[in-house]
Amino acid sequence: MKEKKLTKRVSYAKYGYIFSAPFVIAFLVFQLYPLIFTTSIGFTNMQGMIMLGAGLGDATFTWNNDQSVFYWFSDVFNSDLFRRAFQNTILIWFLNFIPQMVLALALAALFTNSMLKLKFVGFFKIMFYMPNIITAGSIAMLFSTLFGHPIGPVNDFLQMTGLREGPTNILNNVFWANPLGFSLSLYNSQVIIAFIQFWMWYGVTMIILIAGIMGISPTLFEAAAIDGASHIKTFIHVTLPSLRTILLFTLVTSFVGGMQMFDIPRLFQDGEPRNATLTTSLFIFQQGFSTAHRFNRAAAASMLMFIFICIISITLFYVMRDKDAAKDKRERRARRRAKRELEAARRAIQ
Amino acid sequence: MNKPGIGVRISKTFIYVMCMILAILSILPFLIMFVNATRSTPQIQQNSLSFIPGRHTERNYRHMMGHVPIYARDANNAILLDSNNEQIIDSWEIRSGGRLFNPFLGFRNSMIVSLGVVVLAIYFSTLTAYANVAFEWKFKGLLFAFIMFVLMIPTQLNIIGFFQLVHRVNLSNSFIPLILPAIASPGIVFFMRQYMLASLSIELVEAARIDGAKEFYTFNRIILPLMKPALATQAIFVFVGSWNSLFLPMILLRGDRQTMPVMIQHLQGDIYQTVLGAQYMGLALTILPLFIVYFMLSKYIIAGVALGGMKE
Repeated sequence: MKEKKLTKRVSYAKYGYIFSAPFVIAFLVFQLYPLIFTTSIGFTNMQGMIMLGAGLGDATFTWNNDQSVFYWFSDVFNSDLFRRAFQNTILIWFLNFIPQMVLALALAALFTNSMLKLKFVGFFKIMFYMPNIITAGSIAMLFSTLFGHPIGPVNDFLQMTGLREGPTNILNNVFWANPLGFSLSLYNSQVIIAFIQFWMWYGVTMIILIAGIMGISPTLFEAAAIDGASHIKTFIHVTLPSLRTILLFTLVTSFVGGMQMFDIPRLFQDGEPRNATLTTSLFIFQQGFSTAHRFNRAAAASMLMFIFICIISITLFYVMRDKDAAKDKRERRARRRAKRELEAARRAIQ
Repeated sequence: MNKPGIGVRISKTFIYVMCMILAILSILPFLIMFVNATRSTPQIQQNSLSFIPGRHTERNYRHMMGHVPIYARDANNAILLDSNNEQIIDSWEIRSGGRLFNPFLGFRNSMIVSLGVVVLAIYFSTLTAYANVAFEWKFKGLLFAFIMFVLMIPTQLNIIGFFQLVHRVNLSNSFIPLILPAIASPGIVFFMRQYMLASLSIELVEAARIDGAKEFYTFNRIILPLMKPALATQAIFVFVGSWNSLFLPMILLRGDRQTMPVMIQHLQGDIYQTVLGAQYMGLALTILPLFIVYFMLSKYIIAGVALGGMKE
């Protein structure tokens, strides 16, 4: 029987290779080769002139012989501009993610609440998701026009309602000077970019969370209802723990996406004012592709970001997974103990 | 069951009001944009926040396309005004000097790139997923683990190497480097594999083999049609994702090859800063196609998002 199956399988195995070949070839050419190139270029003196000059095909690596191998990595890591970009990226992500998560969770809980039985949920889903489908670049341009100075709808609104006397340059102003004693101020532009991100993504997060809540076994909610748990208690003790995997997924994808934010800062203010909206992706773009073509610096910066994203993502996965496993282990141990006690009791009776 | 009490009714009203505010917030920026696209530049300069459409859609459109108005003048060479105190336009002159924003060109280029990406990404990802589900071969598990790993690599990491590669093969300012890499789309392979595992019966493939069908025939004529719902869902997201992408097209494309998102940045240029009506019109034209597509397909899109397949 074994031999018969084997001959049959061998005859079809080649199709596995043939059908996978396009993917593998495209990956090797368009992703692996560029990846290796990017990784190694960070260790070289290769800059734009060599790469884009006449002899592009013969672009030669000049390893950092005269200086440390990690010269460009430490150069980028220690540059004030990169640090500023890094801080901005993290800050803007936090400012967007926390309200996004809170609102999405609240809406998901309300829309799935069996006592409220809200109507028009389909309509609200369509409306809340809508900004996500629109080109981020267009949205960034639109917001920069809306907040325009001296002519712009927001400025006009502020003057119409008497909140401001004359037109203010909203996009260049500080939102909160030295918050909580920090040396850096929070700029309006940073808050607005965080708002755009929040506004574009809370609908998506909400829809995913609703799908997650619908997937929770109804018996869990029934049990909680029988125990007389309030809606808030049910949410904290039943809904949230059941959503852990989805929350982790949302957190990680949002984090990875947020760390690579490019379109909105680029077309909103292009890093202005005072580099307040400069993100790491924008930094990489400016180093590599604007005027200077400093490819080795750009490559080093993208490697640093990749390592950072990996470390944080793996940590997040580890922390969340570990808790689950620990809980399982605890439960298993408790069950074993109960079994042992039961047996001991039985033996005692006998 | 007991009737909802007064407290529930009040909180329900409150929730509806909040949701309506959020819904308005979703639409408001676009509404202001569409209204201003129909108003003249002087009107916008006077008051840029209005919900009453103007009558200058055509004028803004011509401005945006680089046409300059020649105003009608009287015998003393003074510009003639109509009853609304608007300048009367005698004719239009085309002055496209330095103008880079052309929404129709951008639309066409984006269409070519996005359609190419959709076809390649969907076909080859399904093929790769099929290879993983339908056949037994040595490295199948390894390849799948590898695909999952590739999924984690951010695109911006290999951008510099990719740029160098494109230059080396003389394909800068071409659509090919934007379309071909779509053959390796790990996210779609993953989605298709999950879908096949859940809904595709291998007996069907075996039955086709007994009937003497070749493997490629089986895939193209039997498997692909069966996968239609999954293909359609993924196609929408791949299309929109490709349509909206900025980083790579911005680095690679120049001149009349620019896609829509790359075109948008030219609206920030000096030419449009002074003609606000034209600027709003340009923005509106980049957003309008997506609006139409979204409100036509929103049911499928929302269902697709709920599947969890799509979040950057």
